[in-house]
Amino acid sequence: MYDVIIIGCGIVGASAAFELSKYDISIAVLEKDNDVAEGATKANSAIVHAGYDPTEGSLMAKYNIKGAAMMKDIAEQFDVIYKQCGAFVLAFSDEDMLEIEKLLKRGKNNGVAGIEILSAQKTLDMEPKLSRNVKAALNAPTSAIIDPWDLCTAYAEMAVRNGVELKLSAPVMDIIKLDDRFIVKTDKKIYEAKYIINAAGTHADVINDMVCNHKFTIVPTKGEYYLLDKKDSNVINRTIFQCPNEKGKGVLVTRTVHGNLLIGPDAQAQNDRDDTSVEQHALDYIKEASLRSVPDIAFRSVIRSFAGVRANSDIGEFVIGQAEETPGFINLSAIKSPGLTSAPAIGLDAVDILKDAGLKMEKKNYYQERRKVVRFDELSRKEKNELIASNPLYGKIVCRCEHITEGEIIDAINGVIPALSIDSIKKRTRAGMGRCQGGFCGPKIAQIIADQTGASLLEVLQGRSGSEILISKTKQREVL
Amino acid sequence: MNMNYDVAIIGAGPAGLAAAYSAWEQGDTKVLLIERNEELGGILNQCIHNGFGLHYFKEELTGPEYAQRFIDKLGETDITVMLNTMVTDISADRVITAINPENGCFDIQAKAVVLAMGCRERPRGAISTPGTRPAGIYTAGAAQRYANINGFLVGKNIVIFGSGDIGLIMARRMTLEGANVIGVIERGPSPSGLTRNIVQCLDDFGIPLYLNHTVTNIIGRNRLEKIVISQTDSRKNPIPGTEREIECDTLLLSVGLIPENDISEATGIVMDPRTNGAVVYENDETSVEGIFACGNILQVHDLVDYVTAESIRAGKAAAVYAKKGKADDSGLIQVFCEDNINYCVPQKIRPANVEKNVDISFRVRDRHENSRIVVKADNGEYIARYGIKPYIIPAEMQRITIPGKLLAKAAGGNITVGIEKEEAE
Repeated sequence: MYDVIIIGCGIVGASAAFELSKYDISIAVLEKDNDVAEGATKANSAIVHAGYDPTEGSLMAKYNIKGAAMMKDIAEQFDVIYKQCGAFVLAFSDEDMLEIEKLLKRGKNNGVAGIEILSAQKTLDMEPKLSRNVKAALNAPTSAIIDPWDLCTAYAEMAVRNGVELKLSAPVMDIIKLDDRFIVKTDKKIYEAKYIINAAGTHADVINDMVCNHKFTIVPTKGEYYLLDKKDSNVINRTIFQCPNEKGKGVLVTRTVHGNLLIGPDAQAQNDRDDTSVEQHALDYIKEASLRSVPDIAFRSVIRSFAGVRANSDIGEFVIGQAEETPGFINLSAIKSPGLTSAPAIGLDAVDILKDAGLKMEKKNYYQERRKVVRFDELSRKEKNELIASNPLYGKIVCRCEHITEGEIIDAINGVIPALSIDSIKKRTRAGMGRCQGGFCGPKIAQIIADQTGASLLEVLQGRSGSEILISKTKQREVL
Repeated sequence: MNMNYDVAIIGAGPAGLAAAYSAWEQGDTKVLLIERNEELGGILNQCIHNGFGLHYFKEELTGPEYAQRFIDKLGETDITVMLNTMVTDISADRVITAINPENGCFDIQAKAVVLAMGCRERPRGAISTPGTRPAGIYTAGAAQRYANINGFLVGKNIVIFGSGDIGLIMARRMTLEGANVIGVIERGPSPSGLTRNIVQCLDDFGIPLYLNHTVTNIIGRNRLEKIVISQTDSRKNPIPGTEREIECDTLLLSVGLIPENDISEATGIVMDPRTNGAVVYENDETSVEGIFACGNILQVHDLVDYVTAESIRAGKAAAVYAKKGKADDSGLIQVFCEDNINYCVPQKIRPANVEKNVDISFRVRDRHENSRIVVKADNGEYIARYGIKPYIIPAEMQRITIPGKLLAKAAGGNITVGIEKEEAE
């Protein structure tokens, strides 16, 4: 029996797992997919929000402000790329002016530092490629961008290194509450724990309802994005938001930490919790909307379109804490935007929530909290040469667009949480993230996975289970 | 290790192989050939079908055989070959930064550089097809690599989107392996691959070609399950109401090739947005003195034989530059094309640097019948008129040769390449 079972290994579950791994308790994380960071963590705007958006006094405001303040240190500790690039919220009309003034006031009430309203001239001086129609902008200099895949992987890896047991491909089918423990059934095994943490993202209401009163309904809300080739991405430096208006919430244009331009999202409520298909009308919408902010976006340089599903809920607020009617069951649920920003603070709070719920725990004398990753392309020449001298595989570039080496790919395959599919390797290393989208390196990476794991190429997956790349060997045709 | 060379060639596919040998043939030239893969030959290694070499060798070879002819010739030379070596940067003064497992990260100084890095296929992202992102969607070239190098098939029920040559070749290849190739979908009114490939790869196997159609949805969560195709209008946009579902486990993309000029652009070489390749002079020299470009990095070819011809010219010119330096650019001629032509290569001619003839290659925008290619001077006077062709199509690159003597008329001005319809008498 475990002290704690965490359900879901997205950014919230992983953050909680890491914070709890510092204590002398036994922990398992059950993740339905075959890798971490497969839900909303995989496809979002990758922004560390400054905190002017959530209503004063809300949980969203509390965790946003606290999480944003923690993020820089966490990123440094885990060697995750983080850039404090700042953000603008653009105003194009009198209504927008009122809106940004409201955001300014709210930001100040929430304690956001450095927030101010800029004139049109100042706005354009700072971001010359913005539309000339801009009337003013809210400037939030503490807004930042981060790599959400790597942040989640880092949290999960550190948790595992500190003794947390991560069970992948372990979808929870049912939970039974006994007097002193919970029985958790996955499709293959049965686990027991004294406490349950529900971090199941878009499935969190289903998990909650297995043992608790219904208290929120997830409204899966899809958001679509375009990603542009780096070479045509240098049009802005900051994250550029729009004000919500009668046409919708407005879309953002931002750089990613790797230098691509990211455009989106729209917001469409849907029934399916995992449907990340992209729809043409949504792509058309984000394109049109984004051009209102930045008229020079080179859509000919799109290298990918994708969608993520937000865990929005009918109550419009995070659900965090122990269920009154079910002692020992803790929700970290309905974590919508600003969920990524809030995750470090939510994970930290999970410790106090469990203590309050009666779990006795003491900090371990020793635990790991620093991580270092080899990112070959970012090294100096001297560092590159030292690395290649120690392991020549770092001298072999496999992904020619992003300059990812065979050494890095093998590191990912043999990592703390092994990356065993093409998509997992992309999430860990960026191989296949460039302008050819894995056209050249895909077959090579599949071969490296097969070689490293001793599997046949036929077993290598694109991503989720059931996504085999190849169907058969050649020369199997029946001879007539 | 001495890293000084007269001519450094980047890429050892068909372009780089021919350019290297040609540079060496000029004599007294220290040549370096750099290849990122573990073997020479480039994409030809996975092109195991025949049809290569009809123009250059006057016989029909497979891709690997065609490459081997040049690899064998390299054996007679003292050209230095570096395999497993990726070039990451080229400076305008021709310092090449490269990386490999043996030498680490290092610099090479070359007097002249030939860019021969080829092209890549447009991926799914570039065509922004809506739907899911399951396994089962590959570029035709990736499927070709899996089949011909690794020995595996990517699927059983296959649709090919785009009628480029690699897609057509793969339609036949997958059929021969026992897969069911349901059809080839082409957005436009005419195929983008060569006529001979339409005949030999589709017609001979009864594989349907759906012109004026496009893929409008992709369905399947883990592995592709089906696609939706729609008819297209004259602007190649889908027509609502014409949707049709096709069950398939695989979609191969053959929707265009993009010259791989990321490094060249970083060097500051002027690009032609029509070719996505460098703007070059008559001898394949780019806007950066001493850096030359040839093969599919300059313009997407349909026949390797023409890549070879272009690359022999570039290799020779690079060796000449290494010995003599800057060419005489007096009387510079700009080459333009009429609206019915997509682009011309070269874009500039230095008449004083023309030995005998200048070759110009180009592609037409639309199909022309009973027409001839003409070259005119600024005043409208003909510089050259070529024979009547029954048809001229976008899928086939056109090549003309202009005798240097005739160019004298246009020195210091422009010439314009056009297509003239031969009116019935």
